[in-house]
Amino acid sequence: MNSEIVGTSVRRVGGQERVTGRYRFVGDIRLEGMLHVKLVSLDCAHARVDAVRADAARSLPGVHAVVTENDLPRPMPRFGPVHHDRPMLTTGYTTYHGEPVAAVVAETEQLAAHAAQLVRVDYTELPSVTTVAAALDPTSPLVQDPERRSGVLAFTNVLSESRFGWGEEPGAAELVVDQTYVFPMVTHFAIEPHTFLAAPDHDGVQVWSAVQHPFALQRVLAELLSLPLASVRVHAPDPGGAFGGKQHAKFEPLLALIALRLGRPVRLELSLDETFQAVRRTMFEIRLRSGFFRDGRFAFQDAECNALLGAYADIGPRVVSKSTYLMCGPYRVPSARIRVRALLSHTPPATAFRGFGTPQVVWALESQLDEAARRLGIDRLEIRLRNLAGPGEEFIPGDKPADGDWGISLRRAAEEVRWTEPLPAGRGRGVAVGIKASATTGASYAIVRLHADGSATVLSGTSDMGQGARTVLAQIAGQELGIDVLRVSVVMGDTALVPFDLQTSASRSTVFMGSAVRAACQDIHCQLVEMAAATFQLPADQVSVTSGLVQLPSRKLSFAELLAEAFAGVGGEVIGVGSRRGEHMGTHPLGGPPAFYEFSATACEVAVDDETGELTILKHISVADVGRAINPAQVESQDEGAAIMGLGHTLMEHLLFDERGAIRNLGALDYRIPTTKDLPLALHSLLTENGDGPGPYGAKGAGEGGLFAVAPAVASAVAEATGAVIRDLPLTPERIWQALQVTVDSPDT
Amino acid sequence: MSSHRVTLDINGEPHSLDVTATQTLLDALRWQLDLTGTKKCCAEGECGACTVLINGLAVNSCLVLAAELHGASVTTIEGIGTPGSLSWLQDAFLAEGAVQCGFCIPGMAMAAHALLAEQPHPDAATIRDSLSGNLCRCAGYPRILRAVQIASSQADE
Repeated sequence: MNSEIVGTSVRRVGGQERVTGRYRFVGDIRLEGMLHVKLVSLDCAHARVDAVRADAARSLPGVHAVVTENDLPRPMPRFGPVHHDRPMLTTGYTTYHGEPVAAVVAETEQLAAHAAQLVRVDYTELPSVTTVAAALDPTSPLVQDPERRSGVLAFTNVLSESRFGWGEEPGAAELVVDQTYVFPMVTHFAIEPHTFLAAPDHDGVQVWSAVQHPFALQRVLAELLSLPLASVRVHAPDPGGAFGGKQHAKFEPLLALIALRLGRPVRLELSLDETFQAVRRTMFEIRLRSGFFRDGRFAFQDAECNALLGAYADIGPRVVSKSTYLMCGPYRVPSARIRVRALLSHTPPATAFRGFGTPQVVWALESQLDEAARRLGIDRLEIRLRNLAGPGEEFIPGDKPADGDWGISLRRAAEEVRWTEPLPAGRGRGVAVGIKASATTGASYAIVRLHADGSATVLSGTSDMGQGARTVLAQIAGQELGIDVLRVSVVMGDTALVPFDLQTSASRSTVFMGSAVRAACQDIHCQLVEMAAATFQLPADQVSVTSGLVQLPSRKLSFAELLAEAFAGVGGEVIGVGSRRGEHMGTHPLGGPPAFYEFSATACEVAVDDETGELTILKHISVADVGRAINPAQVESQDEGAAIMGLGHTLMEHLLFDERGAIRNLGALDYRIPTTKDLPLALHSLLTENGDGPGPYGAKGAGEGGLFAVAPAVASAVAEATGAVIRDLPLTPERIWQALQVTVDSPDT
Repeated sequence: MSSHRVTLDINGEPHSLDVTATQTLLDALRWQLDLTGTKKCCAEGECGACTVLINGLAVNSCLVLAAELHGASVTTIEGIGTPGSLSWLQDAFLAEGAVQCGFCIPGMAMAAHALLAEQPHPDAATIRDSLSGNLCRCAGYPRILRAVQIASSQADE
């Protein structure tokens, strides 16, 4: 067949298993003879653990163990993707609400839960740090033991501090806007809570986890257990939603150790409350002093970014450095001074979350541009167009130039909400853009096996967490091998079967793994040329291979026909190998330039009820610059989903802490996320496809962008509708109503 | 803990189960019958992931005690179609691209199934209201709503 597969909205690979309930997510896996684990934690954040009294729990029939720090190696093994600071179980102190002090192992889930309630913990509650102000206060308690840290910051709650920038010291500006913007902690709330299994396996261990980075987890386990990588097998079933919350190791190391100690498979299923306590989005407080010329062009940007991480670093420091690297957005800024602090606090570890810090940075930057536009009397679309970097323009000195014609997407978004047409009272429009530096370094390998009948199997270490990687990789292989997607199987999620992939994050998979799969198919093409030449005794230059067809001087053969001739009586298959690597560059602040920029524009029209503060989104437009959509429907559905998820943190989501550092709104009753009733009355995702990406067929990554600029676009629309400027998220009716009660927006500079 | 024997019909087959007094239907389906298509998320009736039909009515199976179901008829996602033999509704979910990670989909499909059984031609607002108790964090809502609308029109053809 010769029809195009790439660029077609084929049905989701694995879709039938999902709509019929047959797909086995990690929580659906049952191991013979497995025991169940329940964690024991306290109802406050910061406490000294004086004693764990577990005799009553241990004496229950069917309870196999109550594991505390005393049962684990000393010093306590620690791990983490940036700093090895996270213990398997807490040692002496709890440092966030939900940090476990013990793990009960029993025959059934019910028995483990019952026994966990019998574990008595004597503890002394201590003051906790849950805000940026408290983390910066030198009199606050230290979150991490200074003996485990190094450098001048060890006796502070500042985990890291950096400064960077470019250009001359700022000169005169017509206008200086000085404002502070807050983006609160929010939780991932994948509908699949975290579940982990572990089992002894000959000389090693097998672990099951719906993890985005199975190979990173394999490495952590191997290091902690002193096992060769080859003896650690990680099964990573497709996650039931991840959004960054399932990137790094959590309780898998503890489970693996318990399984090895007891010689039995063990399983831990976190409740939704416990899942909330596992990881969350990085909270940011960003003060911007921005200088503008009279025509709205940036004169300078001076940023002070305080990011509130949790008690352990997780990937938080990278979230902070990577997102603030684009503190000036896609704009031309002649002079930039950016100061960044990552702060420790007595809260759950801050990790990656769709956008990797970008929505937080974009909230501040785009809101600031609106402020400047209002004060200078310039249209909010116009001020963006005047500052936006053009295609090929180096907007961060020395780094990758603009790789898209971003003005196209911005204009499209504005046009779709009829930007220039007058609106009735109580209505407003907003427009904003967001940009993210995508994946920088890292390797992805793929193996493609062309079977004797012409069907194929792709082996890939990427995780399909709903973004549709299986489908995209099947389409690329199908396109290159000239076969229907239904004749391609994609095997993922088992480190014993598939080759190395660094990680599934940063919208990297289509570009990195997609390129690796395409390269593996091209490797097959090369082998088929040699095979045809040998089989038909022709010089290789008289044979050519295109997708699915072998061209000989005299005739054409399908791949299957060639293989039937070549393998006659012997059998065989053709194994293609491909890779794509982003090499590490020590001199680059991020370790390497981004492979592409993910650029998105959002525009909306809202109506505000000034008596209640209730907001209705009448129209929401999301435009994504994706280079080329391999599967347009999947890209659009990702983008729509990102937009709606963005409405969550824009309108309703935030984690609330009490004075003891406990999260007040754990679980689905008290923490609201968007439902079908919270949708915009009209929502459209549009794709800009200029084929200018570095991935296969000109693709860029996609799927995060729709989230970037939702909050500033909506807030901008609210400001136009009501005059109320709000700089703290979320924009709840209560907050909008309160803003309407005061005289808004007193000049500050 | 004492156990109770209940006899009930699940996906058209009679079953006898020994359940404890506190065991939920969700738990019995997932652990005793290995019907893991019904998903567990919040376990407090707020997310809809565990939606099944009891005597034709959509309920959160995490809020129902298995011991109460003697004589009842239960339908789970496994009972409305199989790979290769999908229901109209399941097919529409795939055709419209309504499935992303897929974890919420069994509950979503059962809620929609109950709606269409009761009201074969619901308007858009009714579909939206009927599915408002089913959370989807991938937020595939617009395509899910469209899939239900399309399934409701195809069912007549």
